[in-house]
Amino acid sequence: MKFMMFVCTDTAPDTDPTELPDIHKWVAENDSRGRRLTGNVLAPTSAATLVRVRDGELLVSEGPFAETTEVIVGFDLLDCADLDEAIEVARTHPMAREGRLELRPYADLSA
Amino acid sequence: MTGTDTTTGAPESVGVAAAAQAVAAVGVDAYPRIVATLIRLTGDWALAEDCAQEALAVALERWPDDGVPANPGGWLLTVARNRAIDVLRRAAVERRKLHELAVLAPDDAWPETPTGEAVVDDRLRLIFTCCHPALAIEARVALTLRTVCGVPTADIARLLLVSESTMTRRLTRARTRIAQAGIPYRVPSGPALAERLPGVLAVLYLLFTRGYVVDGEPAFADEAVRLARLLDRLMPEQSEIAALLALLLFQHSRRDARRDAAGNLLTLDRQDRARWDRAAIAEGQAALARVRDDGPYAWQARIAACHAIAPSADDTDWPAIARAYDALVDIRPSPVIALNRAVAHGYAYGPSAGLGLLDAAQAGGGLDGNPLAVAVRADLVARQGDRPRAAALFREAAEMAGSAGERRALLDRAADLAG
Repeated sequence: MKFMMFVCTDTAPDTDPTELPDIHKWVAENDSRGRRLTGNVLAPTSAATLVRVRDGELLVSEGPFAETTEVIVGFDLLDCADLDEAIEVARTHPMAREGRLELRPYADLSA
Repeated sequence: MTGTDTTTGAPESVGVAAAAQAVAAVGVDAYPRIVATLIRLTGDWALAEDCAQEALAVALERWPDDGVPANPGGWLLTVARNRAIDVLRRAAVERRKLHELAVLAPDDAWPETPTGEAVVDDRLRLIFTCCHPALAIEARVALTLRTVCGVPTADIARLLLVSESTMTRRLTRARTRIAQAGIPYRVPSGPALAERLPGVLAVLYLLFTRGYVVDGEPAFADEAVRLARLLDRLMPEQSEIAALLALLLFQHSRRDARRDAAGNLLTLDRQDRARWDRAAIAEGQAALARVRDDGPYAWQARIAACHAIAPSADDTDWPAIARAYDALVDIRPSPVIALNRAVAHGYAYGPSAGLGLLDAAQAGGGLDGNPLAVAVRADLVARQGDRPRAAALFREAAEMAGSAGERRALLDRAADLAG
């Protein structure tokens, strides 16, 4: 199943002084095993633009969806057998310690 | 009590009461096994539970006239499976699921011996899936009670202090979440098992303690013990499981002696030890004898064993209990364990030793506002001989007490000292 992994910051990162995992190694390994389909780092929230249409009128405004201290800074699209495999992939991502990762499967619209 | 074990010839008519008894006896074990098997085959939790429930209802209808079948579990599984095929066929869903259900021969899937690999795997899978950390802890407890133990939703709602409709919604949400979030129906292997097992054991222990917190409801503690026994049988090489089983059995052995006639909780020294369940204690000792590690449940079980086998409160092996608390506070430091450690040292080495450790335990602030900590101090001070100060401390503890019964017991202690 496909999981969108949102990579987010956190105000309380891990304090363990051991070295963080290498992100390039993480990408290379999961790409080669077919578990990471794509992914990228996003520009800062100051570059975000909001789009809405209300009563037929296009409303465009500056800024992210919500003003929060914890923000999405990137994403990876994973293809894993189940949640446990996705958790294993996520635990080795450096941002699991520096921030937090949200695993959200694609909705099953066939059910 | 005609034959749940009819093995030859045509079963005879057994009457409604006997049939109901047979259904109840078989159902306790059969329900979760049917649910586990049907979930594996269909991946549909609600369908599996509905069909298991329906099979029990059909048995209640048919067994009084037809007699109890030779293999009641296999009979129930066949009925449940046919019902599932029916529902899936009508919904015209996946051909693969239907095929798997149709080719499953009930006698293969329901061995008379409890060691049948498929069934064992199914039930373990069910436990680990219900206790997956990606589910909220309340959902884990509720789902385990409902799906693994077969406890009716209304009873779970009562235990967890919510309405039945709320509990129904929560259970539905949990089952949906398992499918949507991608929680696997699987026992983890290797290091993942070591990571996941403590969570499963924590759910069992929570279930057990909830059973006692809510007006001493022993039925849920019974379920927790039953589940720990099952888990121990399924994974006998896991030492922590045996330790938890032993701990639950020792605590559960006191269920009939824990309260006085008015329903107030009795401390260990005031319980009638003749009412402790000797069989449960013996079973606990046998389980504890298999414990090889020094995990938190192992030490708690050893402490409970010291109490369970002591002929009287005065003849308790307090030095052994004190040593066990020393070890426990190292691996799982907590204010409550530090408090219990002070009590144990107080009995083993005298009140001054206990007070020294109590001062240290209270210095952290984790026991502020805890009436038990004040009561422990009162008890230690009383044993040092300062009765007026002990009485004052018991009254102070009574002020902080959470329940009327607890308050009364503490005021009684104060009155005894003053009088």
